[in-house]
Amino acid sequence: MFLSERRRGQLAALSIAAVVIIVGVPLWWRTTETYRAWLPVSQIKELAKLQLQLSADVEVVFARGTVTPEQQKKVPLTQTQEEERAIDGDLIILFLILLIRNTKLESKFFSCHVLFLPEDTALSESPCGSLVVYVIPESSSLLPEDVNVYIGQRRTALLRIGPQMRVGKTLEQLLAHLEPRIKQVLQVMSFSHNDITAALSDRVRFSPDNKESIADSMRAFKSSPGYEITFSLLNPDPKSHRLHWDIEGAVQTYIQPLLTKLSPVANFSIDSQTLYYTMLGVNPRFDTSRSAYTLNADSLAHVINPVEARLGSNAASSNPVLNFLLYVPDAQHSPLYIQGRKKQEVPSNAFHSPRWGGIMVYNVNGFYGSEPEFPVDINIDMAKVMGVFLAQLRLLLGVQSSTPPPGFLVARCGSTGLADWELDRLMWSRSVENVATATTTITSLAQLLDQIGNIVINDNIAQQVSSAVTSLQLAVAELEAGNLGFALQYSKEAILASEKAFFDPSLLHLLYFPDDQKFAIYIPLFLPMCVPILLSLLKIVSEARQRLEC
Amino acid sequence: MKTHVLFNLFATFLLADGLNIEDSAGQFFSSGHTNNWAVLVCTSRFWFNYRHVANTLSVYRSVKRLGIPDSHIVLMLADDMACNHRNPKPATVFSHKNMELNVYGDDVEVDYRGYEVTVENFLRVLTGRLPPSTPRSKRLLSDDRSNILIYLTGHGGNGFLKFQDSEEISNVELADAFEQMWQKRRYNELLFIIDTCQGASMYERFYSPNLMALASSQVGEDSLSHQPDLAIGVHLMDRYTFYLLEFLEDIHPASKANMNDLFKVCPKSQCVSTPGHRTDLFLRDPGSVLITDFFGSVRKVEITTEAIDLTDPIKEVEERPANGDVHKEMHSYVDQLPVSEIIHQNGKLCATSTNKMSLCCFHGDVSECEMQLPRGLGVEGPP
Repeated sequence: MFLSERRRGQLAALSIAAVVIIVGVPLWWRTTETYRAWLPVSQIKELAKLQLQLSADVEVVFARGTVTPEQQKKVPLTQTQEEERAIDGDLIILFLILLIRNTKLESKFFSCHVLFLPEDTALSESPCGSLVVYVIPESSSLLPEDVNVYIGQRRTALLRIGPQMRVGKTLEQLLAHLEPRIKQVLQVMSFSHNDITAALSDRVRFSPDNKESIADSMRAFKSSPGYEITFSLLNPDPKSHRLHWDIEGAVQTYIQPLLTKLSPVANFSIDSQTLYYTMLGVNPRFDTSRSAYTLNADSLAHVINPVEARLGSNAASSNPVLNFLLYVPDAQHSPLYIQGRKKQEVPSNAFHSPRWGGIMVYNVNGFYGSEPEFPVDINIDMAKVMGVFLAQLRLLLGVQSSTPPPGFLVARCGSTGLADWELDRLMWSRSVENVATATTTITSLAQLLDQIGNIVINDNIAQQVSSAVTSLQLAVAELEAGNLGFALQYSKEAILASEKAFFDPSLLHLLYFPDDQKFAIYIPLFLPMCVPILLSLLKIVSEARQRLEC
Repeated sequence: MKTHVLFNLFATFLLADGLNIEDSAGQFFSSGHTNNWAVLVCTSRFWFNYRHVANTLSVYRSVKRLGIPDSHIVLMLADDMACNHRNPKPATVFSHKNMELNVYGDDVEVDYRGYEVTVENFLRVLTGRLPPSTPRSKRLLSDDRSNILIYLTGHGGNGFLKFQDSEEISNVELADAFEQMWQKRRYNELLFIIDTCQGASMYERFYSPNLMALASSQVGEDSLSHQPDLAIGVHLMDRYTFYLLEFLEDIHPASKANMNDLFKVCPKSQCVSTPGHRTDLFLRDPGSVLITDFFGSVRKVEITTEAIDLTDPIKEVEERPANGDVHKEMHSYVDQLPVSEIIHQNGKLCATSTNKMSLCCFHGDVSECEMQLPRGLGVEGPP
């Protein structure tokens, strides 16, 4: 059958239009879209609500003389206390749950009248995150007169019953009296509302009246999988002083135990160096009353910058660096003392800068001897130096030494420099901080990828995000169960995965094309093709209408 | 010093109108910073853009003088003017005519140089999405308590800045990059200074909190250069940065000058263009922001009041026990190539060209060459 010329033309236009619309447009759409792998957005939104439940196990042991044997039998085995705190409105709700378990009284540890804590026994091997509180009678002489609570080095505390709880009160009254006091002990030894709020400082607005917490949160380094510690000896006057410091031995003996104890929290790498001819950059003033040179507290802020330029750093990793400097003043400016703000003496002769490190001034003019022959050989007393550095290290890592409430006596931390319960405190706040940071990272990554439409999301990023979400869910579950060690581990994994996903080098958005540029690209390509098609389609339609009208 | 830091800590925030900043920043509280970073970028190459390199180097010099160390500065220079063939005074970059001030100095550390200065690298530095092999000096390792100064200079237009004469960064991309920095809390406060033509267009699209921006000219205006030096033959600086440098030379680390003084730098009479600034996204009042908050690095210090009593003596570091089983191999150098013998063999001098070591004497005698060459060297016979 012959098709007329016009008919053929119409068919041709129609078929080209069909091909363009059915084949061309989807092809163009598919080839110009960016590959975006699927992300578990709903789970991320669920996590973003950040409802954390922290539970701490407290074991309460009643010593002889606190409860009668009949009452002892009636003490409930487990008692749960819940406390719900909302932080910043409806954003985060915290439940603090205490599980109080009662155990049989052990009398043999309290018969001596010597103040020793049953800490070195197997009884006090409490797992990380839990506490043991020993309740002792009011008349006991284990504690000094004005002290009601004693906090030991491991995870134990001694609590003295108040005078109103003499024998004869009922069990309920005793428990009601003990509950707030145990809660207070828990706040000192494990976590308190302020600590958790400080750990969440990324997301939460601080109340301005809490100045100490602001300073605390600014001072400690943020949670990071690793830290680099650098010890530097600054000798501005090698002509007068020839300094010897046994840094390797000192680090091994004094610093390494602390870092080993902190290994669940982060990895540490240590190096040391000696710098010659590095001056402080600030001129000390001679104080005639002390016949020594003094550095005013106000000028200390300007000491760090000139020195920092010469310190150098380990270029291999991106971990935060803690610098500890030991400065031996030159012979002309010895001895050099640091003065506090109110011109008071500073016994440690050291100062530290938040999130940076610490500097200690070590005076050696006492080592000169009767007839000094320069250069003088000087062996630095590393125990004294490391004592100061260890204290600064504790502060910078966030081991808070806030003043305990009145009536509390805290045992001095041992030679490792860290008590077990301080480690627990750090682990609690780090876990919460890690969970919060990882959640924020993933949430903001999901939001960003949503907002910026032309970023390619590869499969490995989706996998990292999924593994981060899984780790976060596990961490939250472990926090709820009270397993602090596992919670910290999962939270660290979550942080690593989320950071890897967020900072993946492939997540660079493609160049942004403004709309007028897009038109400028597509019009020369498509317009010449579309114009004849459109015109012929219009002609077909108008002819069809004409035929209908006729 | 401490009073000022405390003042910054407890300053009340004044909210400006407009965007939903309070909601977005509502979860972020305004407090002090503990460290300072600077990202200084010069985006143009070629000798006649000498002034852009001089601009960047003069800001670099001021920032270093006021205390920010090299480890906290990311300096990106798209071309090398100091060692350029056309520089009549090599190893110098001057900012004042008659060669008064050499801003190149003695210890310049350029982190991204030449063709490494691209839009992609710049955005990667800002967002932190660098490949894992990038060294520390090329990274912006800021945290939520860092104040960052970003300075850009080059040739720009309405909404874009030209990099290396071949690509551009648009203001939307820049705003998105800052938003990504904000989401990851990579800055506490950010000061953005741009010295290009129509520079104000670059900060129009910002939407993240805690950003303050300054530009050398408004949309539709050109930023002009300052003065040429007849010996060097090019314009040495741009006007805005020239007067900015003069202003910064009067600042010392303990100075109390604030941002309102910075906004007054280079009025229209001196600059010919109208400098602009944008502070609506900034939570603090600009009058309370010190210049040294961004250009310098003033640290907060605290006296260490406690020390731990350590009584254990230092353990001797144990020597590694010598393992008798391990056979210690004696290593020695392999016999070196006896070049002198080859060259001066039998009294005949062979010509050794500078490019390749032609060990063979050009006598056309293959056997001679094969005798002299050590085994396995793989050098062929005479060409």
